[in-house]
Amino acid sequence: MEQIMKFIGKSSVIFIAALSATVSPAMAQTVSTDEVFILNSLLFLMSGFLVMFMACGFCMLEAGLVRGKNTTTQLTKNVALFSLAAIGYYLVGYNLMYPLGDWAYDGVFSALFPAVAVMEPVGVGADGVDDLSYATTASDYFFQLMFCAATASIVSGTVAERIKLWPFLIFTLILTAVIYPLQASWKWGGGFLDAAGFLDFAGSSVVHSVGGWAALAGALILGPRFGKYKDGRTVPMPGANLPLATLGTFILWLGWFGFNGGSQLAMGSISDVADVSRIFVNTNAAAAMGAVVALVLTQILYGKVDLTMVLNGALAGLVSITAEPLTPSIAMASLIGGIGGVIVVLAVPLLDKLQIDDVVGAIPVHLIAGIWGTIAVTFTNSDASLGTQIYGIIVIGAFTFIASSALWFALAKTIGIRVPEEDELMGLDKSELGMDAYPEFSQ
Amino acid sequence: MKYIIAIIQPSKLDAVRDALSELGMAGITVSEVQGYGRQKGKKEIYRGAEYEIHFLPKIKIEIAIPAKMEKQTIEAIKTASHTGRIGDGKLFVIDIQHAIRIRTGETDESAI
Repeated sequence: MEQIMKFIGKSSVIFIAALSATVSPAMAQTVSTDEVFILNSLLFLMSGFLVMFMACGFCMLEAGLVRGKNTTTQLTKNVALFSLAAIGYYLVGYNLMYPLGDWAYDGVFSALFPAVAVMEPVGVGADGVDDLSYATTASDYFFQLMFCAATASIVSGTVAERIKLWPFLIFTLILTAVIYPLQASWKWGGGFLDAAGFLDFAGSSVVHSVGGWAALAGALILGPRFGKYKDGRTVPMPGANLPLATLGTFILWLGWFGFNGGSQLAMGSISDVADVSRIFVNTNAAAAMGAVVALVLTQILYGKVDLTMVLNGALAGLVSITAEPLTPSIAMASLIGGIGGVIVVLAVPLLDKLQIDDVVGAIPVHLIAGIWGTIAVTFTNSDASLGTQIYGIIVIGAFTFIASSALWFALAKTIGIRVPEEDELMGLDKSELGMDAYPEFSQ
Repeated sequence: MKYIIAIIQPSKLDAVRDALSELGMAGITVSEVQGYGRQKGKKEIYRGAEYEIHFLPKIKIEIAIPAKMEKQTIEAIKTASHTGRIGDGKLFVIDIQHAIRIRTGETDESAI
């Protein structure tokens, strides 16, 4: 059997070599404008459904890291927030984020507000598309919507196990309709941060730290879970299902190839497709080193490996490389991701010392590693300046933190954001939904 | 008639069951239980925070035997579940006053 496989392997190599020898002269022609347009749109569609699957990754990660009495609520929040993001981004977000040069307040606030997102008409031809040099509007919208949803997914893990369902969903709707798109317009919509030379390739700051800041504001206003901190000590509340958490991490890892790779925004030339390929390799390298560093570091610090930290380490590696996945070498990408792993292992206990209860570790992974990744751009991209990167981090951070805090605070003062102590102890699945994740298992 | 209760390490269940069936034991009752003895719980670390597991998982085996089988049964369980390390468990022996087989109504030694 092995020999047959070897034979097939060898013969297919020969076959491909022969094929490319005959085809390559024809392929050497330049790709036409139509074909560039098609390939770019294809990149958005494929990357978009990969990023969509990150919603599943976040959902599984969180379902694994909460306790069994809160699983159904966590699943509900994830599917609801993903769906609400589609509404918020359609109604307001997309046009707020991409003013296409049409600003109400130059570089800060889109003039396309309020305005709903629209697609090109059915069966449109080359003469009717919005931008023949780019990609279909619907493929771009779809891809960008998935990023917006990812931002919202980050928040739900931090505030898990104690937040009321509906106030959380209201927060999500406003985050995806206004807060995320507005700050994203400053960079990706061609606003003032872009003009200042701030660099964030796929969103270490624009997506991940924004989710992280919103989560931090939520965690501070919500307070820790009952019993999490007792007499200055941290009381661990181990997650119910580590296989799900691991599955979620691998799904996120897979989705990230779309997240970073798609952010090249073009695949219609040899240089673009080569860059997308580099991005895939660097993204993987950073995740791998983030996991390895957390693996080794938890062994050294605690005498035993902590799987949940290894999972967070891989994700922190991914977030770290997201601001610049193109220019680093593989070794440099590994280093950037590896430091993400260090951040996680040190920041998780640090947050506990500050009594900031972050159930799944989203603040170290998305906020702190996001800031690190944004700074790390300066190591390999000569267009980046440290001052401008820090300026961008501060602007995005201050805006998101203040806006999110105001929103959380308003929700807390009006409808309340926290379930009563009794409900929290019983579990949100019973109190919020009346539906157990595993009704046939005894608790 | 004797009633033997054995609290053993979960990993030793198969060995104990084999040893008992070698003796021709007709039936045993097994439950998953938690508890602590002199060993107390143990300390673990989750996400950088130390915590104590107060109750450790054990297996409880219960068997009813004729009095003459007591010695060899205890010996079989003891040998099969012994590791020599803390946490091996305990054996208790109780006298049975009556035994009844529900299906047939047989009593005492013919019921066990």
